[in-house]
Amino acid sequence: MNKKYFIILLTLVILTSCKQEMHLTRIEGKRIEINDSLAGNQDVENFIKPFREHVNNDLDSVLAYSVDTYTKNDGELNTAIGNFMADAVKEMASPVFKTRTGNNIDIVMLNHGGIRSILSKGDVTSRTAYQIMPFENSVVVTGLKGASVKKMINYLQKAKRAHPISGMSIKLNADFELLEANVDGEAIDDNKTYYVATNDYLYNGGDNMSFFREGDSLHTLDYKIRNLLIDYFKKVDTLDLSADDRFIKTN
Amino acid sequence: MKRRDFLQQTAASTALIGLGGLTLSSFNSTTQKKITILHTNDVHSHIDPFGPDDGRNANKGGVARRASLVESIRKENPNTLLLDAGDIFQGTPYFNYYGGELEFKLMSMLKYDAATIGNHDFDNGIDGLYAQLPHAKFDFISANYDFSNTNLNTHVKPYKTFVKDGIKIGIFGLGIELDGLVTKDLYKETVYLNPTEIAQDMSRILKEEEHCDLVICLSHLGYNYRNNPDKPSDLTLARATKDIDLIIGGHTHTFLPKPTIEKNSVDKNVLVNQVGCYGLYLGKIDFFFDSDKNKSADGTTIIV
Repeated sequence: MNKKYFIILLTLVILTSCKQEMHLTRIEGKRIEINDSLAGNQDVENFIKPFREHVNNDLDSVLAYSVDTYTKNDGELNTAIGNFMADAVKEMASPVFKTRTGNNIDIVMLNHGGIRSILSKGDVTSRTAYQIMPFENSVVVTGLKGASVKKMINYLQKAKRAHPISGMSIKLNADFELLEANVDGEAIDDNKTYYVATNDYLYNGGDNMSFFREGDSLHTLDYKIRNLLIDYFKKVDTLDLSADDRFIKTN
Repeated sequence: MKRRDFLQQTAASTALIGLGGLTLSSFNSTTQKKITILHTNDVHSHIDPFGPDDGRNANKGGVARRASLVESIRKENPNTLLLDAGDIFQGTPYFNYYGGELEFKLMSMLKYDAATIGNHDFDNGIDGLYAQLPHAKFDFISANYDFSNTNLNTHVKPYKTFVKDGIKIGIFGLGIELDGLVTKDLYKETVYLNPTEIAQDMSRILKEEEHCDLVICLSHLGYNYRNNPDKPSDLTLARATKDIDLIIGGHTHTFLPKPTIEKNSVDKNVLVNQVGCYGLYLGKIDFFFDSDKNKSADGTTIIV
């Protein structure tokens, strides 16, 4: 016992008497590019492989066929690809909303900028849905009074862009003044509640669509737009899309 | 009780003899030590390299290549730490299919030492992050997210210390304000605390209480907000604190060709670095320590 304490004491004396104080004297900083001059670590590569194969097989399995190539720049105020997206949201989200609330979705409004890719002619896969909608946005539904729906129409008049819409028709004159606006073929009633579906990004103020916040209720459907598109592709066999007269202006 | 004391003292004496021996042999001669800090940020589930046809990042990135690079640096200097400044999740279908499992497993294979939490790491909710934690063999650190009323409580530490070659390194984490970036139903009862005040506190604890030789802040605040200069960022943090040697940043996907040198509240140099995103680059900062007093009298030389 005594011997052990002596060793401890001795060590402490040595340590305190000549413990070297270390000083930071120099710092060197840089960044190293990761590129194909570096060989990949084989263990890591082997570990990723089965995950990659599963994801790719799933992403590339054919769900539908597109008869043409569609882009968001194909029309002035409505486009084939935009109409397809808004109609798909109405068709796929309505049953979910109906079971939860007993109501139907009357109107869908998305944003033109939210169409992130073209839809190419040929096989349509889950990867197509990831390209068109890479973000995680989900469908939300809010109850808007007719007066707020009119603000939405006013927004569309001013934007002069083919923001995707469904359930509604708008006719403007050559000066972008409103000639006619209907929901389900009927004139808009200021005091009636219309259920409008959009995505959470736009509801939360994206693209300055502030009229959504005038809604009396918010229903989050926990249904991602991308998953909705994948489900829609699975449901339909062929995508034969077209622009129509839902949002037009006369010359 | 007596027996336990005895055992502890024996263990201590053995350890001290070991150290004493080393010190004796190097007594009166100068020694140099080198600590290497490697870092990534905003990798966003980019596991595979970009393909040859990519418009911007052709043939860049890739976790397997990063693994080789880290391995070779560790071989050259075993006193290396590998850190990530958040937004590990979201950006490729790997995240949508596996919820972050693959990202965490690969980071564990690369032997990451610590990571902080980015806003996108909440994309599957705080429960989604919690569910993936068993796949991470490294610690998450965040000092300004109060997780007390969430399931991450006790799983995330404010800071962590490492000892490499006798040099003590203290690392604390900071996260960005979640309100407005992440919906409340995802981050739930996470409370965001003022990062500047927390950083002042953390640097004091790490320097004065933990006696760290090196203090590093792992931040997901963002590099700098030119149009909103009062918003907490890595640069405002560097200026408002002291005793931090290095701020490793993220969030703003800022590609700094070399680290920024900023003056802190007592006019000493702080390094701020960020390497863009998607695992296109690895940041590497080497800290050299010297026992020679004469050298240290000249201050610290920074070569960037």
